Amino acid sequence: MRHASSLAIAVLGFAGVFGMKSEQADPPLRVCADPNNLPYSNAAGEGFENHIAQMIGAELHRPVEYTWWAQRRGFVRNTLNAGTCDLVVGTASGMEMLATSRPYYRSTYVFVSRRDRHLDVRSFDDRRLRALKIGVQLVGDDGVNTPPVHALTNRGIVRNIVGFTVYGDYRRPHPASEIMDAVVDRRVDIAVVWGPLAGYFARSSAVPLDVVPVSPQMDPSHLPFVFDIAMGVRRRDKAFHAQIDSIIARRKPAIDSVLASYGVPRVDVRQAGGS
Amino acid sequence: MSLRRFVTIGLAASTVSCKSEPKTPAVVLSARTGGTAASVDTTVNDDGQWVRPAKDYASTRFSGLSEINTGNVKSLRVVATFSTGVVRGHEAAPVVAGNTMYIVTPYPNTVYALDLTKPGLPAKWKYDPKPEAASQGVACCDVVNRGAVFDQGKLFFNTLDDHTIALDVATGKPVWDTKLGDINTGETITMAPLVVKGKVLVGNSGGEMGVRGWLKALDEGSGKVVWTAYATGPDSSILIGPEFKPFYASDRGKDLGVSSWPSDMWKIGGGTMWGWIAYDSTLDLIYHGTANPGPWNNDVRPGDNKWTSAIFARRPETGAAVWAYQLTPHDSHDYDGINEQILIDLPINGQTRKVLVRPDRNGYMYVMDRATGEILSAEAYGTVNSSSGVDLKTGLLRVNTDKIPSVGKVVRDICPAAPGAKDWQPSAYSPRTGLLYVPRQNLCMDEEGLSANYIAGTPYVGMNVKMHAGPGGNRGVFQAWNPATGREAWSIKEDLPVWSGALVTAGDVAFYGTMEGWFKAVDARTGTLLWQFKTGSGIIGQPISYRGPDGHQYIAVLSGVGGWAGAILAGVVDPRDSSTALGFVNAMRDLPDKTTKGGMLYVFSL
Repeated sequence: MRHASSLAIAVLGFAGVFGMKSEQADPPLRVCADPNNLPYSNAAGEGFENHIAQMIGAELHRPVEYTWWAQRRGFVRNTLNAGTCDLVVGTASGMEMLATSRPYYRSTYVFVSRRDRHLDVRSFDDRRLRALKIGVQLVGDDGVNTPPVHALTNRGIVRNIVGFTVYGDYRRPHPASEIMDAVVDRRVDIAVVWGPLAGYFARSSAVPLDVVPVSPQMDPSHLPFVFDIAMGVRRRDKAFHAQIDSIIARRKPAIDSVLASYGVPRVDVRQAGGS
Repeated sequence: MSLRRFVTIGLAASTVSCKSEPKTPAVVLSARTGGTAASVDTTVNDDGQWVRPAKDYASTRFSGLSEINTGNVKSLRVVATFSTGVVRGHEAAPVVAGNTMYIVTPYPNTVYALDLTKPGLPAKWKYDPKPEAASQGVACCDVVNRGAVFDQGKLFFNTLDDHTIALDVATGKPVWDTKLGDINTGETITMAPLVVKGKVLVGNSGGEMGVRGWLKALDEGSGKVVWTAYATGPDSSILIGPEFKPFYASDRGKDLGVSSWPSDMWKIGGGTMWGWIAYDSTLDLIYHGTANPGPWNNDVRPGDNKWTSAIFARRPETGAAVWAYQLTPHDSHDYDGINEQILIDLPINGQTRKVLVRPDRNGYMYVMDRATGEILSAEAYGTVNSSSGVDLKTGLLRVNTDKIPSVGKVVRDICPAAPGAKDWQPSAYSPRTGLLYVPRQNLCMDEEGLSANYIAGTPYVGMNVKMHAGPGGNRGVFQAWNPATGREAWSIKEDLPVWSGALVTAGDVAFYGTMEGWFKAVDARTGTLLWQFKTGSGIIGQPISYRGPDGHQYIAVLSGVGGWAGAILAGVVDPRDSSTALGFVNAMRDLPDKTTKGGMLYVFSL
C-alpha cells in the first residue's frame, strides 16, 4: 500500500504541471490509446503513457485529446491509420504498420514469484522450470505467442504452463493484471511477464514479489526477450515524426522519471536497487 | 472531434406479445438428376419466401422458381436499390417473409423492413439496436453480420455486442432481447441464428481472444437460454452424454475436451461457433461446426484440442450430442470448422444415402452419413499440401508436418492459406443438376521472417504471414462439384477471392458475386456466363430469390465489400503492411483499385 500512495502523489504532480489548457486555440494533439490498460493508459489518465502524452502535448503547446480503442488486432488500423488520431504513445520499435520514433525505453520480460518462495529463477535454462507451474502471457494472434512461451516450449516445457491472455477480462479495471494475481494467490509458482506490467503491479502488491529479468536476453533462435518501445505515427507524417523524435531526446530525463515512478524495469538505463 | 467513448447502452427489452403468421404451404422438391435435397424441411419450402439465409433447413440455397432461366436471364435488370448507410462488409442474406424483405447491416446492426408491395421497396420500419461502440474494437475480422431469420411472426438476429433480439415484424419493436456474452471478454456474435422446434440457436465468435466456444438454444417465445453446449471442457459442459456415439475411435473417450489439452488450456481454447447450422427433422438432429483452437500457436497446446475444428450432431431440444467428428485435430493453420453442412440424399454405390456435405476449410469435401458421422468420401476440392488426405478407416487427417508453422522457421507455400480452400461463404446445391456450387478462394501462404509486434501493451515477435494466389494465379474460384462422384464438374476462375454466397435456381441458373462488384449469373450445368451486372461495391453477401407480390421471380443481393478478405478496404488497412489482417492484405493489395466500399441492396427481375 505504501507504493500505491506514493504513486498517487506522482500522478497528481504530473497532472498539475501538464494539466488542462483548454482555453488555447491550438489544434489538439490527438492520441490513440487504450481506455483500460494500466499501467500503460486508461480513460482516467492514470497510466504512464497518459503522462507522457501530456508531456508531448505541453511541448507542442497543444491540448491532449484521446481516441479510445482497445489495443488489439485492428488498433492501429482503426485509429492512427484511419486518421482519427495522430500519435500512439507506446508501440514496439520497428513495427511494420506505422512509423516508429526513436525508442524511449527498453524493457525485458521478467520472472515474477512470491518472495517467500525464495525461487530466484533467473534463466529459461533453470531445471526447476520443468516442475514449477508457470504462468505465461498469450497473445493468440498471428499464430504466435509471447517470446517466453516459445522459449519454454522450445525447451520441452509445455504441460506445466498456464496461459493468461494479454486481453484479460476487460470488465476489470486493469485487465492484464490477472497473471500477477495468480502469482500472489499461488495459482502459479512463477510467471513470465512483460516488464512494465510486472514492475507496476509488484510495487502495489500486498505480498512482496521478486521481479527478475529473464536470461538470456535472446534465444539461439533469435527470439528476443528485450524490446525497444517507441512512439508511433503515420508513415506519411514525416515532420511530426521528427518533432516527436526531438521531444523524446529533449525530455528524456522527465520521461525516465515517469517510467521510474511506475516501476518499469529497464535494460537501457541503470536502475537504483531492484524490487 | 474524434473522442470515442465506450458507451454502454442498455437495450430495452419489451414484452410485446408475438403475433403468429399463417404457416406457409410446403412444397416438395422434385429430383430430376443426381441427389435430392433432403426431405427434412416441411415447414418452409415455399419458394415465394426466403425466411433464413440458407433458404431451407437442408441449407441448399436452392430456389424452386424458374421464371428466370438460362434462356432469359440475359434480360435481368435492376428494379430497386436501397442504401444501408453502412460502409463495412455486408455478408448478410436478405430474408423475405410475406410481402416484406428484412435486412440486417454490419455493425451497428440496423434492421430494415422493406415493403415489397410498393414501387421502390420503401422501408416499413427500421430498428436500431445501438450495440456498444467498443464491440468494433474486439471483433476479429471486420464487424460483419451474416443475416437474420424469420419464424412465427418474429425476426431474430444477433448483434456484434452479444445480444440476440426478437422483433415483432408487424411493429418492428423488440419482443425480447437476451444478452448472451460480454464483449469485454473478447466475445462477439456475427453468425445468423437458426430457429428449430421453438429454439433459437446462436453461437459466439472470438477464438483469437481466448474465448471458449459455445452454442446456445434460446426459447423462441421468451428468449430464455434453454441449453448451452461448449466446444471444450468436460463432457457435461459439451452436452456429451449416454446418447453420444462418435463413429471413429479417435473421437471416443471420456472428457476429451479436457484431456486433449495441456493443463487448463481448454478454458481459453476457442472452438467458437460463428458459422452455419443445418437441421434434419426426420433424424431430429442439428448439425454445426466449431472453429479453430485458440490461442492460435500450436506449440503451446499439444494434443488434439477437442472439440475444436469439428462437426457436431445434436438433439435440438436438449443439445445432447449424438455424434461428433474432429475434422482437423490440433489445428495449426486456422482451419476453422464452421463452414456449412448441406443435407442431401445422394446415390452412392447404388444406394441412396442420407448425407451431410461439408466443404471444409482444410480443403476436403467431406461427404458423411449424417445419421452416424461416417465419412463416405473426402476429396480435395482445392489445392492442399498441408495434409495428404483423409484416412477413411480411421477418419484421421494425414497432416504434412513440413507445412506446420513454427516461430523462427520459414515455411513457404502452405496450401490452403488460413482462410482455407473455402471460408464461411456458403455453397448452394441444386437437386436438378446434382451439383454443389462452391464460392471459394485459391490462396496459399508463406510464414516467414520475424517482425516486432505489440498488442495490449505487450511486445512479441510476429510471424509474417503472407497470402498469395495458389496455382493458376487466380485468387478466387466459383466451382461446381459433384458430391456423388467426388469430382469437379466445372469451375470459373476469378481474379479475387469469391467471398459471396451462392444461389442456384430451378431455372438452372447459379448466381454469385465478385469482390470487384460483378453480380454474375451462370449456366448451372456448364458454368457459361449468361449475364452480369456491376454493383457499386464488391459483393460478399448471400444472394437469394423469391416470388414477389406480383407473382414474378426476383433475385436480391447485398453489395458492400469488407470482411476478412476485404479488410484492406473496410478497415482502411495500409496495403504496404503485408502481414496485417493476418496476412490477407498481401493477397489483396490491388483491391482498392478495383472497388470502393458502401452497402447497397440490389433487387433484380426480368
